[in-house]
Amino acid sequence: MLESDIRTPAFLFNSRAMRSYFQLILFIFSICSISGIKAQDKPMVPENELCLKCHTNQTFTFQNTLTDTEDKRMMNPLYIMNKDHFSSGVHGKFKCTDCHSSEYDTYPHNAELKLEPLSTCLDCHGGDEQYAAYQFEKIDEEFQKSVHFQKSGESFTCSKCHDQHYYQAKSRTSSKVSEIVGFSNEMCMSCHRNNNKFHLISDENKPELSKIHDWLPNQELHFRNVRCIECHTQVVDSLSVSHNILPKEQALRNCVECHSKNSMLIASLYKYENLQNRTSEGKLNTIIANKSYVIGAYQNPWLNNISILIFLMALAGIGIHLIFRIIKK
Amino acid sequence: MSSENKIYFYPVWLRIWHGINALGIIILIFTGISLQYSNPDFHLINFKLAINLHNIAGILVSLNYLLFFFGNLITSNKKYYRLKLKGLFRNLTLQVSYYTSGMFKNQQPPFPLSEKRKFNPMQKVAYLSVMYLFVPGLIFTGLALLFPETIIEEVYLFSGIFLTAVLHASLGFLVSIFLVVHLYVASIGKHPAKNFKSIIDGYHDISGH
Repeated sequence: MLESDIRTPAFLFNSRAMRSYFQLILFIFSICSISGIKAQDKPMVPENELCLKCHTNQTFTFQNTLTDTEDKRMMNPLYIMNKDHFSSGVHGKFKCTDCHSSEYDTYPHNAELKLEPLSTCLDCHGGDEQYAAYQFEKIDEEFQKSVHFQKSGESFTCSKCHDQHYYQAKSRTSSKVSEIVGFSNEMCMSCHRNNNKFHLISDENKPELSKIHDWLPNQELHFRNVRCIECHTQVVDSLSVSHNILPKEQALRNCVECHSKNSMLIASLYKYENLQNRTSEGKLNTIIANKSYVIGAYQNPWLNNISILIFLMALAGIGIHLIFRIIKK
Repeated sequence: MSSENKIYFYPVWLRIWHGINALGIIILIFTGISLQYSNPDFHLINFKLAINLHNIAGILVSLNYLLFFFGNLITSNKKYYRLKLKGLFRNLTLQVSYYTSGMFKNQQPPFPLSEKRKFNPMQKVAYLSVMYLFVPGLIFTGLALLFPETIIEEVYLFSGIFLTAVLHASLGFLVSIFLVVHLYVASIGKHPAKNFKSIIDGYHDISGH
């Protein structure tokens, strides 16, 4: 019945034209959707669609072979993925099974798969020429000196800070200091503001951040504009981001280290930012249009010179006047 | 209150204001320079101490400014600040000419001080600018920097804090220049220490400026 309805003479007459028409619409639609995608929202590989069909939902359904019923359960919140964040992340183009066992393709999953060790970051990033510039081995070396490794050993994996699913290389890609700071501090805060996660590596409760930083003036302003690692790491020149997180006793507590012309922030936070600005906008613009002012650190050389000149002129005027007063007395 | 050559120029409230202001401004200038040119290897004043002193002196000078502002508003002292705009340029030229040439030829000052005139036109312009433009600007920007969360984060391409800090430092610099010139001009006269004595005891000797 349906078939005979479709095969009307009019449809047959127009079928070729219709197909071309649909193809054209499909083409225009795909162009529009591609141009609508921001550079960071990379399209995900189609193989992931099957996994994310369940792993983006709050619930999942499975055939219970013991009771022979179709059961609907709540999804463990830790296994619910944010598709947009994943595709914006550095691994956004990966297949789930690039890191997870290919046996996850079967459903329901074998429970023992959870116990399988996952690949570590260095399994892919270590010793690879493509990633040589990022010096993952050096990062690992520095990390092993850090208080995190010293206290927790191998159980403190890269992913404790760098979420493999959502991590973005903001310190290299963003031109906004506030964004770099926010993203960086969120990595620390994910444990240091969350007792549940903090207990993964410590039996003690997390210390109250505002209390242990009560010596720091304008705490909130500092937390918003300065990365935790600025004071809590040993800066290494060759690395964009230092990974040697120091014990709290060695954290920087000297205001002048940042609030001075040779601010250590220029060697750390603004290292990349400055380089980028200098190449794309010129040095002058970096000095004038500086959105990240630090008292004492950003002395405007123009204003400095003008003020010294005015001051010297005033002193010279007074000196000359004084000489005349003495002569004419 | 005035003898033949002495005029009671500076009432007690004004001298108290002036004394606190002088002390506060000197602390602010030294701590301000220390903060602006802070260096981990060399401290003019220890950074934390400089911040605390600068904050305390800043609040003190701000509160003290209220004494100056309302003191002038309610007492007759305000009349000395009245500036005649008509002929101002000519009057200023006369005063500059006196300071740069006339006083060396033993000429009489064009605007001799009297019970009716405490300041010459140059002083009026300087005092009005400093006390009604620069100092309020410094108080306003200083309070904003004390509570940085109140400052607009971004003004076009600039950081709001950056603009506020540059304005604060520039106004502070102008006040420092004023202080140097103010101290020097106060020493002009037959007896260089005379004016300094006046601002302590309140009496100004008008014989021989």
